Amino acid sequence: MPEFYPPTTEKDIELAFGQIKPYMNPTMAHYESSRCLFCYEAPCVKACPTGIDIPLFIRQINTGNVDGAAKTIYNSNYFGNICGKVCPTEVLCEGACVFNHQDVKPIEIGRLQSFATHHVIETEKNLFRLPPNNGKKVAIIGAGPAGISCACELRQLGFEVEVFEAKKHPTGLAIYGCAPYKVTNEDVLDEMVWLQGQFGFEVLYNHKIETAEQIKGLEASYDAIFLGIGLGETRSLDIPGQDLENCVGATEFIEQVKINPLKTRVGKKVVVIGGGNTAMDAASESARLGAEEVVLVYRRPKENMGAYGFEYELAKSAGVKGIFCAVPVAIIGNGQVEGARFIKTKTENGRVAMEKGSEFDIACDTVILATGQEKMTGFLSLIEGLEWNKDGSIKVNAETFQTTNPKYFAGGDAVNGGAEVVNAAAEGKQAARRMDAFLNKA
Amino acid sequence: MPNLAANLAGIRSPNPFWLASAPPTNSGYQVMKAFDAGWGGAVWKTLGVPVINTSSRYGAIHYRSNRMVGFNNIELITDRPLADNLREIEEVKKYFPNHAVIASLMVETKKEWHQIVKDVENAGADGVELNFGCPHGMCERGMGSAVGQEPSVLETITRWVKEVATVPVIVKLTPNITDITEPAAAAALGGADAISLINTIQSIVGVDLDNFAPYPIVDGQSTNGGYCGPAVKPIALNMVKNCAQHPKVGIPISGIGGIENWRDAVEHLLLGATNVQVCTAVMHYGFGIIREMISGLENYMQEKGFEKLDDFIGKALPNVKTWENLNLKYKVVAEINAEKCIGCQLCYTACEDGAHQAISLPGNGSRIPAIIEENCVGCNLCSLVCPVEECITMVRKDDGKEHETWKDYMAADKAPTQFNDDRAGGKGHWVPEPAAALKQ
Ligand SMILES: Cc1cc2nc3c(=O)[nH]c(=O)nc-3n(C[C@H](O)[C@H](O)[C@H](O)COP(=O)(O)OP(=O)(O)OC[C@H]3O[C@@H](n4cnc5c(N)ncnc54)[C@H](O)[C@@H]3O)c2cc1C
Ligand SMILES: Cc1cc2nc3c(=O)[nH]c(=O)nc-3n(C[C@H](O)[C@H](O)[C@H](O)COP(=O)(O)O)c2cc1C
Ligand code: SF4
Repeated sequence: MPEFYPPTTEKDIELAFGQIKPYMNPTMAHYESSRCLFCYEAPCVKACPTGIDIPLFIRQINTGNVDGAAKTIYNSNYFGNICGKVCPTEVLCEGACVFNHQDVKPIEIGRLQSFATHHVIETEKNLFRLPPNNGKKVAIIGAGPAGISCACELRQLGFEVEVFEAKKHPTGLAIYGCAPYKVTNEDVLDEMVWLQGQFGFEVLYNHKIETAEQIKGLEASYDAIFLGIGLGETRSLDIPGQDLENCVGATEFIEQVKINPLKTRVGKKVVVIGGGNTAMDAASESARLGAEEVVLVYRRPKENMGAYGFEYELAKSAGVKGIFCAVPVAIIGNGQVEGARFIKTKTENGRVAMEKGSEFDIACDTVILATGQEKMTGFLSLIEGLEWNKDGSIKVNAETFQTTNPKYFAGGDAVNGGAEVVNAAAEGKQAARRMDAFLNKA
Repeated sequence: MPNLAANLAGIRSPNPFWLASAPPTNSGYQVMKAFDAGWGGAVWKTLGVPVINTSSRYGAIHYRSNRMVGFNNIELITDRPLADNLREIEEVKKYFPNHAVIASLMVETKKEWHQIVKDVENAGADGVELNFGCPHGMCERGMGSAVGQEPSVLETITRWVKEVATVPVIVKLTPNITDITEPAAAAALGGADAISLINTIQSIVGVDLDNFAPYPIVDGQSTNGGYCGPAVKPIALNMVKNCAQHPKVGIPISGIGGIENWRDAVEHLLLGATNVQVCTAVMHYGFGIIREMISGLENYMQEKGFEKLDDFIGKALPNVKTWENLNLKYKVVAEINAEKCIGCQLCYTACEDGAHQAISLPGNGSRIPAIIEENCVGCNLCSLVCPVEECITMVRKDDGKEHETWKDYMAADKAPTQFNDDRAGGKGHWVPEPAAALKQ
């Protein structure tokens, strides 16, 4: 008996994508916050890339100062609610909680964080007062977590800010990528609306920057430019059959799931190729959308998967099966996908070697490639003097986030090569402070 | 942003949060660190002739998973030489001229009092606090609470100090007395500029069941200690209120006792304290708790539209009356929110066994109890035991038009005066037959 069926109504979608970190009610928040020890130089704070003063906000929740708790969170991280829900807290704040050392359940920091921030979003609370404009203007390319965090911080520093976004919605992969059972689109957009209310900046949607003229135009009208462009489409493999129908890239598949889950068709038998978190998400989401069988194929042993252990566990709990030490050599089919051919591998001294003659086929009607995202070097080459690393990530000064063209700063996935929302939020904010130091230096 | 600046009898501090005279103010290092963390003032660990302390000094009450809800110590005043303390006071004041440094003092003779007051003033102290409160050790030597328990002695010593002091003088009171307003009034009479309360309460926090000695154990034996921490707040609040309302006291109050977060502090202020002092909470969590206290206080003031502390200091005092002035026509009844109820039935058993048998069980498989409104006297018990936030609320039932107090009843001869008076409040109130208890 399958756990999930292909959904046909909104209600089905809600069930398939039930929130794994639902909001706490006040009683839960009270008891959970009571458990916090208020550690000195708390390890959770160090483990949070944005350095939120976690013991403080938990204590504020406990003493009934929920607005103050939200302020503490937003002071460090503009994506407070989204992060509370999508951060891999098991390896960040909650993983650092000292209770782990006693085999006591760590404090549910992420959920407490969402409890406080959701409260101010819901009540449309005003927490920030902006200084008068300092007369300088910054353009931000990309309305993802990096770009928006940069925008908020710049507004707090008195800059005028305009954000240019290629897509229809803000928050980048937070809305187009993060698994629907972690955060709802509504929550994501609500936080964005609240942020815009607090910090007052414009986002121009469906506004892709893609020509040298546009770039020249921006350079002429703004004092600095921030690149928060993230990563590109799914990287294709060098194998035949990839253009068969129903062979899709994971990010493209997930984007469909996020924006239009009822119209997303998954086949009966799905093969997901890859071992990162995106592969886990694509597999879980396929299973939850009613695929009868979902097989995950990774080229190295299980222990070498890039995905977090808990993400793999989550996929398994949705019914996903894993096959390890195999690489695809061809997608088979005739117009439509009918299967995928793999060859077994051996990993020796970290290198993957194929075992001759070990080919095998898996019959399936959908193949999802979760083989990493492309870098945006095509776009980057339009900018004079801007350099990137071998892997395509933008070259920046590690402290200032300034690129090799001094007018440009950058942060988020485009710089770190692909990490989490919280890293993008941290880098965007940090970059804003450094832009201020650069532009307003005496 | 609201203004948190405080002014206790002329002693100014950037906020009302001071460290109480205790281990956290034992040295310049600690006070400096505290000011840097955000504390507004510090009352230096009591100065006098330095003592020798026991090893093993503290005990505590842990309640369920909460540690140190009550704290107990048998420590004495400072064990560091006066000159060291004076030098450090001077240094702290150099770095933090706008923060309040108060020297807590405890000596014996008039000559000593005169000398030490001059010494700490020379070091730059913004005020002095006379420690008439310590209830262990020092009182055996005729100081501390031994003075606080003798209003006339307290008044005399206060006068001695006022003879020479040029900075404000605070008298710190002991709660180990029947009526706190007597020593408070004596302090005012002696010329004190302010009082601070409470010091610790004489206590034994527990007994070692294997070694037959109370905690903290010093080589198999112990002595009574002084009790403080969250557990003592209710006692402190009542005493602060008593002093604030008493016409013969009339001087500002520094509230102390059980303050751990912004709420505790606001409570002290609402009952008439001009500022607050904290000891145990800092001994438990360190100076960092000040961040929560300041943020919480600011948030509260903003919410309420208070611009400065004076806007709400003493604001609850007009609402603290003697019992005879409370409205006997006011009537509340418990209401259970069935949607929030988790079915623990603690309210049922509390009311059934400990109150007025006004809650029933449905008996149809559901675990959600119901209030029997006729039997509910509106005592609040069920709402207090309920573990779910805002599940049981007390709902007003009278129309608010009638107001009659015990005083009115007495005047109108409506109050019961005989043992079997028909006017008894519980007359006709339904209770089950005694034997019904056994049938169940
Ligand atoms: C499938 C998937 C699941 C994920 N799950 C999680 C998770 O559970 N938890 C977590 O913390 N992180 C997760 N992440 C990672 C996280 O979403 C990213 O790290 C984060 O969104 C990066 O933020 P960013 O602002 O750097 O880039 P993005 O979020 O990619 O935003 C970049 C934005 O720039 C826009 N843009 C790009 N080029 C241009 C241009 N030329 N002109 C105008 N606009 C442009 C894009 O449209 C996009 O909106 C996931 C990622 C993926 C792919
Ligand atoms: C270990 C310890 C030592 C103390 N020493 C002094 C002291 O030297 N002088 C003094 O006036 N009060 C002293 N106190 C009392 C505190 O200043 C304070 O009045 C009391 O602890 C109540 O506040 P709290 O509930 O915040 O702890 C001491 C308290 C403790 C716990
Ligand atoms: S932002 Fe993420 S890592 Fe940081 S405290 Fe919040 S949930 Fe934890």
